[in-house]
Amino acid sequence: MRISENIAIQPGKRPGRRWRWSGLLEDRTVMGMAFVAPAVGLLLLFLAYPLILGIWLGFTDTVVGGTGEFIGLANYISLLNDALFWKVTYYTFLYTGAAVFFKLLLGFALAIVLNREFRAKGFVRAIVLLPWIIPTVLSAICFWWLYDTTFSGITWVLMKIGLIGHKIDYLGDPSNARIALIVANVWRGIPFFTIGLLAGLQTINPSLYEAASIDGAGGWHRFRHVTLPLISPLLAVVTTFSTIWTFADFQLIWVITKGGPANATHLYGTLSFQRAIPGGQFGEGAAISAFILPVLMISVWVCYKYMRREE
Amino acid sequence: MSEKFIERMIKFYLPLFIFLFFLLFPFYWMFITAFKSDAELYNLKLNPFFIHEPTFKNILMLFKATLFNRWMFNTFFVAILATILSLSASLLAAYAIQRVRFRGSGPIGISIFFGYLVPPTILFIPLATIIFQLKIWDSLWSLVLIYPTFLIPFCTWLLMGYFKSIPKEMEECAMIDGASRLRVFWQIVVPLALPGILSAGIFAFTLSWNEYLYALTFISTTTLKTAPVGLITELVRGDVYHWGPLMTGALLASVPVALVYSFFVEHYVAGMTGALKE
Repeated sequence: MRISENIAIQPGKRPGRRWRWSGLLEDRTVMGMAFVAPAVGLLLLFLAYPLILGIWLGFTDTVVGGTGEFIGLANYISLLNDALFWKVTYYTFLYTGAAVFFKLLLGFALAIVLNREFRAKGFVRAIVLLPWIIPTVLSAICFWWLYDTTFSGITWVLMKIGLIGHKIDYLGDPSNARIALIVANVWRGIPFFTIGLLAGLQTINPSLYEAASIDGAGGWHRFRHVTLPLISPLLAVVTTFSTIWTFADFQLIWVITKGGPANATHLYGTLSFQRAIPGGQFGEGAAISAFILPVLMISVWVCYKYMRREE
Repeated sequence: MSEKFIERMIKFYLPLFIFLFFLLFPFYWMFITAFKSDAELYNLKLNPFFIHEPTFKNILMLFKATLFNRWMFNTFFVAILATILSLSASLLAAYAIQRVRFRGSGPIGISIFFGYLVPPTILFIPLATIIFQLKIWDSLWSLVLIYPTFLIPFCTWLLMGYFKSIPKEMEECAMIDGASRLRVFWQIVVPLALPGILSAGIFAFTLSWNEYLYALTFISTTTLKTAPVGLITELVRGDVYHWGPLMTGALLASVPVALVYSFFVEHYVAGMTGALKE
């Protein structure tokens, strides 16, 4: 930066080597390339290369700290013959489907509730975002304690009002644990939908609603024929983001259940971690995470489609 | 009037209240647990929603018996360095892509954006082998270098959106007056883009603060752990859960993020929605 200032401050100075450097940057392509180089370099080295290396590792028997041999599809064949892998696949899809559905539904609902003028609007909006910005691991600890069989506050209330007669084993029972984790994920993800969609709702011109009302459209019709069509591109992008993040989730599960009980709550991400890091099986772990790739590619495709449409 | 009030109650206040209760209850639970003694925590006769005898024992234990302040320092160190690194790279890249418009800038911009969609669960195994080869295994520098993989795509995209909103005229005038592109960038573009840089910086800081998988994978020495990892791995040993200190730690480790957030909430919301809409 100093180089250019020198030149600019002393325009009369004889152009030397420095001038040529600066002059080179006046060329669009050279300057553009030079400016994107640090970002692109870091991303190539630590994002693009690992992405490809990960696919390759899935075809090897690499263990931690060692180099592996190419073993073809052996990792994939053993996974597909493993009942546990299918159990994990089932829960990964169930977790993603259920969590994204409820996040979308509740997040959109809250956005509609907040999309009006009221006192303390800014404050409420700020509070709503809290679950999203607080470190997931830390709120996961909180849910973990809240799901304690003996000391859960939820159980205490339910027993007091007489809804249940015995304690609930939130995390020890496979179906309960699956639901409990989905609830925790929904809790964390609602704000993302709400704030994202609220921004979209606020850009909708109020006169459109007025026009629809004059034409006799009720609340549902206004929502169906004005709100929904206008917000659908944003809705698609927000949902896509949430889908890939939920599908590849790790933190909540690993903190609260570590994939248990009886492996009922493993996702691809947690199983891959368990096999690769404590287990040392890098090759097998990489093969498991490769199953996230198709969803990643679909997400990229959906985002790309909507971005192109916007242009 | 009263009918209108009831309608507003049902359509607005009631749902709002239910949502807020659901979203805030875990924080309340975290807060009260942090100030309860073990005796109170495990006494089933007491109402668990109130603190009967507040205690600061948990905080004391957290600071005396664990390396909590060390972990907080580590988290700060990584978050700040990773943020600075990512912001610098993103600022240059976003300007080049959005304003210099050189050949290939469009595809490069879109590729960088797609980097944000790549989840860490796909990358951590190959990254572990790379970190090992680079000999920065079990070092905080590994995190400083790796966090930009999700920070740069996000910051670049956010800043590109911001540059779009700054009028071009000032830059053009300065260039007509003979200022070099570098000078235009440094003296005109950067000051104008400061609010955008601030949004991106806040986001990058909170994202690095929250990161878990990489920190868990690449760091094994207790003194080098970040706060989220340290709390989980050191305060949960086998079947022994120190719930009080665990909650206190969760609460305290959330404070920096919550503070940064509360001061810059408008930037935060603008950043989030801006990045989405672009």
